[in-house]
Amino acid sequence: MKKSKVLILLFVFCLLPVLVFAGPQKAPKPPIVFENSQVEKDYLELAKQLRCLVCQNQNLIDSNADLADDLRREVAKMLKQGKSKKQVTDFMVNRYGDFVLYNPPLKSTTWLLWGGPFVLMFIGIFILLKKVRSGRQDRHTDSSELSDQEKQKLQDILNK
Amino acid sequence: MKKQLITPLIIFGLLVVLLVVGLIKAKYIRDVPSPLIGKSTPTFNLPTVEDTQKTFNSEELKGQVSLVNVWASWCVSCRAEHEVLNYAAKKKGIRIYSVNYKDDLNDARQWLKSRGDPYVKSAFDSNGRLGIDWGVYGVPETFVIDQQGKIRYKFTGPIYINDLENIIIPCINSLKAGKEAQCEKK
Repeated sequence: MKKSKVLILLFVFCLLPVLVFAGPQKAPKPPIVFENSQVEKDYLELAKQLRCLVCQNQNLIDSNADLADDLRREVAKMLKQGKSKKQVTDFMVNRYGDFVLYNPPLKSTTWLLWGGPFVLMFIGIFILLKKVRSGRQDRHTDSSELSDQEKQKLQDILNK
Repeated sequence: MKKQLITPLIIFGLLVVLLVVGLIKAKYIRDVPSPLIGKSTPTFNLPTVEDTQKTFNSEELKGQVSLVNVWASWCVSCRAEHEVLNYAAKKKGIRIYSVNYKDDLNDARQWLKSRGDPYVKSAFDSNGRLGIDWGVYGVPETFVIDQQGKIRYKFTGPIYINDLENIIIPCINSLKAGKEAQCEKK
């Protein structure tokens, strides 16, 4: 019983963003149709790389938001007009910023994002090598050389 | 033994700091920084809500500091904001233009009639094309425009009275005085 209530609450909660960004109620728009398969391929590729600004963890293909639909149509329209993928991407970036791209470009503000993992990897390798080396050295000194105290102890045992 | 514990502890401490900073900043993280800040407003020429025979041209935004508010009658949070805009226009003398975004013309007119009209002029953007050009991704949004017709600040979401007093009015005043724009969120 309790579980079903939780589920209903969860469902209502999921609907909240839809309510906030709900667009005007109009008849469904016609689907986007392509005559050229290459254009369609480009369209699908682009719409997967562009972020829906309303539901920020979805791309244009996944999102049902009103704005995502508008942007999908805009992308389709521009590609049908013969614009290149680069032109469409620039069009979006000029309006919504780099945030609209799922793959952020490499520039001064994003070098940490791109370089960070490699920096962390090198630090890790460095620490690992150091540990391995010092561990090997420790074992070396431990096994080969006896301290004066140990030598004395050994002598005592041998002399018994 | 003790020495071995220090490094993980330091790393843990740094991680905690990082996460706390993230939590505090999360409040603003939804705001997508607009690439249009510092640029001239994208041009438009649209019919007005008041009279679709008349037009509202982006050139009209030049000459004085003003706000451009993007709203719609279907937008729930615009209702709360509308009171603040009425106050800003009537009591504070702020010039507010508006873009009526993807709305029904009659609904929009009815809204202005019943809730008051704080706008100098309202563009009727029925298909949301102006919205795309201005990088609008959620209604309401408000832009601060300077005397040269450049976008100086973008406020995403409804403006509440403290936002008006702490952000929008200082921003407008700094622009009017020709000083460096003071439009950042505090």
